[in-house]
Amino acid sequence: MAIEGIDLIKAAAYLGAGVAMGLGAIGPGVGEGMVGAKACEAIGRNPQQAALLTRTMLVGQAVSESTGIYSLVIALLLLFVV
Amino acid sequence: MEIELQSMIKVAAYLGGGMSIGFGAIGAAIGEGHAAAQANRALSENPELSGDIVKTMLVGQAVAESAAIFALVVAILLLFLQVPAPTVLKAASLIGAGLCIGLGALGSGVGSGMPAAEACRGIARQPQLMGRMTTTMLVGSAVCQTPAILSMVIALMLMFINFGDAPVVKAVALFGAGLCMGLGAIGSGMGSGHPAGEACKGLARQPAAAGPLTANMLVGSAVSQTPAIFAMVVALMLMFLNFGESAFNPAWAAFLGAALSTGLSAIGSGYGCGLAAGASCEGIARHPRNVGPLTTIMLVGQAVAQTPCIFGLLVSFILMFKAFPETAALAPAMALLSAGLCMGFGGIGPGLGNGMTAEGAIRWVARQSESASLLMRIMLVGQAVSQSTAIYAMVISLVLIFVI
Repeated sequence: MAIEGIDLIKAAAYLGAGVAMGLGAIGPGVGEGMVGAKACEAIGRNPQQAALLTRTMLVGQAVSESTGIYSLVIALLLLFVV
Repeated sequence: MEIELQSMIKVAAYLGGGMSIGFGAIGAAIGEGHAAAQANRALSENPELSGDIVKTMLVGQAVAESAAIFALVVAILLLFLQVPAPTVLKAASLIGAGLCIGLGALGSGVGSGMPAAEACRGIARQPQLMGRMTTTMLVGSAVCQTPAILSMVIALMLMFINFGDAPVVKAVALFGAGLCMGLGAIGSGMGSGHPAGEACKGLARQPAAAGPLTANMLVGSAVSQTPAIFAMVVALMLMFLNFGESAFNPAWAAFLGAALSTGLSAIGSGYGCGLAAGASCEGIARHPRNVGPLTTIMLVGQAVAQTPCIFGLLVSFILMFKAFPETAALAPAMALLSAGLCMGFGGIGPGLGNGMTAEGAIRWVARQSESASLLMRIMLVGQAVSQSTAIYAMVISLVLIFVI
């Protein structure tokens, strides 16, 4: 019975890891795509500011990425630590 | 035992039938509503053309309706299906068939509404283009129907092929086949609506560009179909590969995971590719001389938007072909199911995001073709960052499969 309990906990942790990373990847993916789209539009409008706009795009995407990294951290914690 | 199996078949068939038309009715209704709304708008702009506009609206709506009709046909077949030799396999494949065409009709219904809507508006603006507009609309919405037709084929195969009495784990694979094809058709069906709609809109704006516009629409929407085709490949493999010696316990989860991985990740990639193709059609209508750079950047953008679905396909293949040792524990099975869920959901966002970035870049290549190489570079950088979350999801999936 004790083994079953551990088995159940492990199963839940694995499922949780997959769901955390899977769902957690949706938001950053879409968000960074929006940033990329608007950056391309802005550079199209004003190509001589390309360097500044690329930098801004990357900073914005990095911030948006953070939630994806949170999901990754939680998934790894669920897999290896908990 | 015989009676129990017979009632299990009935339960599966009724459940499948309900889901078939329940999901299947959503998309067509939305698409047709969109077409009717735009037809009203067109009528208010040009009331004396009411005959032509209403005719176009009805033709367009009829095509969008066909997705729901597929679902209705499958639902009716499921309700009155006679199964002489009931097995668990048959029960699972009937639920799978219902889900397959139900979900599969969702995207095509919404997608087909877009060309119908834009054709109505286009005719109000350029009445003399009636014939050519109707042709473009019909070609575009026919392409949008492909994912629904693929789903219909898989659903009918699931209903009418006799899979004999393979081990029970095959039942999960058959259900998974339906689920995979149904989910995988959503994005491609919806996405193909964008190039079709933009081609109709573009025809009204720039009738002289009809040739390149139609060509671009067809290329763009053909590429948007690939995720649905990947889903069909996985569905056919789940149906016809011989998994005879797999042990039930972890294998059921591997099959379900394989179905979810490709099915879900195809949603984002299919829709993303459609966004890119739509922007390219719009661009050609605005600046027909830029057709070369526009087609190039569209194809590059679509290829990148496709990658999350390819990751999904990869994870599906690993889940289907790797042999997993038999176990009594729940955790190893959950790890495999979770791997599929993780890659499946994780592919949606990046696929969509990559498509959005491509859309933005393509729109400005049309306006400023001299910045095409700069825009291509920025697009690829932006997409690479957006891709990273799909890569995280793939890493977690692979850890769940190989390390745990």
